Amino acid sequence: MKITRDEVRHVANLARLDLSEAEVDRMTGQLDAILTYVAKLDELDTAGVAVTTHTQQVVNAFREDEVRPSLPREQALANGPEQNGESFVVPRVIG
Amino acid sequence: MEYYSLTLQEALRRLEAGEVSSVALTESVLARIDAVEPAVQAYLALDREGALRQAEQADIARKKGQAGPLCGIPLAIKDVLCTTSMPTTCGSRMLEHFVAPYDATVVTRLAQAGSVLLGKLAMDEFAMGSTSENCAFKVPRNPWKPGYVAGGSSGGSAAAVAADECFASLGSDTGGSIRQPASLCGTVGMKPTYGRVSRYGLVAFASSLDQIGPLTKDVRDCALMMNVICGHDPLDSTSLDRTVPDYTEALQDGLKGIRIGIPREYFGQGLDPEVDAAVRQGMAMLKDAGAELVEVTLPHTDYCVAVYYLIAPAEASSNLARFDGVRYGFRDRSADSLIEMYNKSRSRGFGDEVKRRILIGTYALSSGYYDAFYKKASQVRTLIKEDFARAFAACDLMVSPVAPTPAWKIGDKADDPLALYLSDILTLSANLAGIPGMSVPCGFSGAGLPIGMQLQAAHFNEAVLLRAAYNLEQRAGVVGKKPVLA
Repeated sequence: MKITRDEVRHVANLARLDLSEAEVDRMTGQLDAILTYVAKLDELDTAGVAVTTHTQQVVNAFREDEVRPSLPREQALANGPEQNGESFVVPRVIG
Repeated sequence: MEYYSLTLQEALRRLEAGEVSSVALTESVLARIDAVEPAVQAYLALDREGALRQAEQADIARKKGQAGPLCGIPLAIKDVLCTTSMPTTCGSRMLEHFVAPYDATVVTRLAQAGSVLLGKLAMDEFAMGSTSENCAFKVPRNPWKPGYVAGGSSGGSAAAVAADECFASLGSDTGGSIRQPASLCGTVGMKPTYGRVSRYGLVAFASSLDQIGPLTKDVRDCALMMNVICGHDPLDSTSLDRTVPDYTEALQDGLKGIRIGIPREYFGQGLDPEVDAAVRQGMAMLKDAGAELVEVTLPHTDYCVAVYYLIAPAEASSNLARFDGVRYGFRDRSADSLIEMYNKSRSRGFGDEVKRRILIGTYALSSGYYDAFYKKASQVRTLIKEDFARAFAACDLMVSPVAPTPAWKIGDKADDPLALYLSDILTLSANLAGIPGMSVPCGFSGAGLPIGMQLQAAHFNEAVLLRAAYNLEQRAGVVGKKPVLA
């Protein structure tokens, strides 16, 4: 086994996902098959090979730090599931 | 002949000649949608009134001599592109009611070119899938055969074009999501070079791989769409400041002096014999057009699926962390604490495939596994990129199949994610290397399902793809063949 049920629960917690017991079972089997497959990368010796995180030779795209119009607050809040006209409202964080 | 069945270029010609109005074109396409949409299921949102209003404005603009390059042409776009005029759902319950506060740059460019936006097209949830079955709202159908998949993740974009429900569409391609549905539905599809088209307003899946591109009825239509959507955008720091040629100039007859590489690894095990035969016939046509065929090798092809299914989920797990039920998207209102609210909102808002990829990605990036999975995959990605650089030293472009098989029945591969991932093997590497790739119809299976040929070239060589595609199209005899619907 490449991954156990407990590891799936742990990763789900890191990703902020609740999984039912049936989902843990199903995901463990599927993730195990996928991780077993991707382990074929171990066949390759990659010592000294640089990583590719971006396919083009680009450097930071800087621009002048000028004040420009930004999204009006009303529009920025418009998709909020709960908001009070000034802020997004969330369940109490500090007791 | 009904207006809706015209190519984009022919519709444009008639508009320019004053033979038809944009309103008449738009009404024809809307009537077509009414007739076939119950069978095709491509549209998640349709903006009838908005489309007719834009068509009227296009007609006025043309009369005033202010027609843009796509003035009056009704188009549709994948529902992963932000629009202020309609919701942007990404095929997910998470964004079911989301209306973006700004338009994607490609949406603005299409509008500035004078086109008419009909609606938003069905897709796999957050563009994750190869069949569009992961769409939370409806599953688009292959117009060529009832009950068959349209491919994915831009399944609605391909089905709508194939069924004449729009003159052209936009999709997005992270591992084949434009090229594979184009192949399965018999349309032309182009994934441009990474950085060629602005991704501002494209909901992110895997940021080092995602690219927007057109799906069209033929190769010239593809060039016309590329002319409008390509180019630098200061709002996307990954878009590149390179001159955009007039892509229609690439559509010359004959391929004398062009070397076409045949990557031997792309004709291996698991390739359907009918696909193999159709693509080899297409290769013979390219040779007839004057091209020289040479064998090339991409030795790390066998590792592409493994690399992709670590890197793409890793990036996705990071990108999709923003869906937390706070600023937009679905919120579970039963939760008492913030953490519980995050957990419940994400668990109920996301579908299975999205959860699966978030879990793989989170695992591959987590402490203790990062080096073995994410870093290793990013190193092998370098080897894959170098394979392409070597191959393109020996040829101008490469041809191959797009997908190992024609379309299959809805439901047939739904329970085996790994089997579905493996079917992406021929398209993933273009995204890993950042190169442009294209799907062009080259034949049909015995069952009457379309088969596409993939063309790939070095960075920013879209013009050579269009040139070869145009020559294939002239000879393949598939132009104008339409599925029978309604």
